[in-house]
Amino acid sequence: MDEIRPFTIESFYSFVTEKKLMGAKCNNCGRTSLPPRPMCTACRSTDLAWQELPKQGTLLTYTVIHVAPDRFSDSTPYAVGIVEMKENARLPGAIRSIDPKDLKIGMQLTVAFDQEMVVEKWPQWPRYYFKP
Amino acid sequence: MVAVKNHHHGCMNPKAHMQKEVSLEKAMASRVIAWPLKLYDCSLITDGASCLILTKPELAKTYTDSPVHIIGSGQASDTIGLYERDVYTTLNVGRLAAAEAYSMAGVSPADIDTAEVHDCFTIAEIVAYEDLGFCKPGAGGQFIEEGQSHIGGEVAVCTSGGLKAKGHPVGATGTAQAYEIYLQLTGQAGKRQVADAEVGLTHNVGGLGATGVVNVYKRD
Ligand SMILES: [Zn+2]
Repeated sequence: MDEIRPFTIESFYSFVTEKKLMGAKCNNCGRTSLPPRPMCTACRSTDLAWQELPKQGTLLTYTVIHVAPDRFSDSTPYAVGIVEMKENARLPGAIRSIDPKDLKIGMQLTVAFDQEMVVEKWPQWPRYYFKP
Repeated sequence: MVAVKNHHHGCMNPKAHMQKEVSLEKAMASRVIAWPLKLYDCSLITDGASCLILTKPELAKTYTDSPVHIIGSGQASDTIGLYERDVYTTLNVGRLAAAEAYSMAGVSPADIDTAEVHDCFTIAEIVAYEDLGFCKPGAGGQFIEEGQSHIGGEVAVCTSGGLKAKGHPVGATGTAQAYEIYLQLTGQAGKRQVADAEVGLTHNVGGLGATGVVNVYKRD
């Protein structure tokens, strides 16, 4: 069934609901799009396949937000980073369960998933985040 | 140091949003917004308008005695998602658009007397020095430390005060940059005039560096 889900952000989050991190692997050039795109951003091929990615990755860069949008203002300061899950497959997201002062570029982080559905206008999906 | 410079330039621009000097100590001691960026690293949220009259060279003199010529123009695009980019210390669109504009204009970075760059955050101006070839990659910090982007330096950058002090009325920012270069190349920049400015450049970026435009200008 997985093969027929369209290569969209919505499908990506439907996999997140199943605690899976899924990217779109290009059958033409081999690049993995994460989150998936309907077309390979490297070679523009639409010949894609779902690929489950490892949940462990390397922190490439991060910031610590002190002035946040209203809905996140209760959580400041909080860290947001970009994590490389495998070559060319990078994912942005919040980093929790660690004091932002202890973050270091190059450290290993693991993807975790919210238990509960975030009830908001958008997105109506559980969110993923990173933790040490 | 970029904030200190651009606030200083803004003080000499009667049309700048922020006409107030800031010391390095005050800028460094300001509150954190998004680490490591502090309050004085961030550009302003500004209301404003700007306009240009674009016409053929043959007709320019019917509008003004002192037209400025656009001699090179480059545009580039990139992914919207930062996570889809290979490096975070350069904007591909800045480098690609600059290469195209320099090539069309037949000039090199060393020929630029003054430039308005997209200093939405202070680090963006430092990255722009490098992307525009004013200095080598990684040497942008040293470039401002040495005062090379001040009026009187190698290339005067953001004499208007930039997005940092002149302000960032998003839709008007690009043409406002061209307006500043027009003033500089026609000797109308008042107290912030760059001596004998002959060739100018504007560098504008949108969508987190998903799109970028560089233009090179020459006085008549
Ligand atoms: Zn491909």
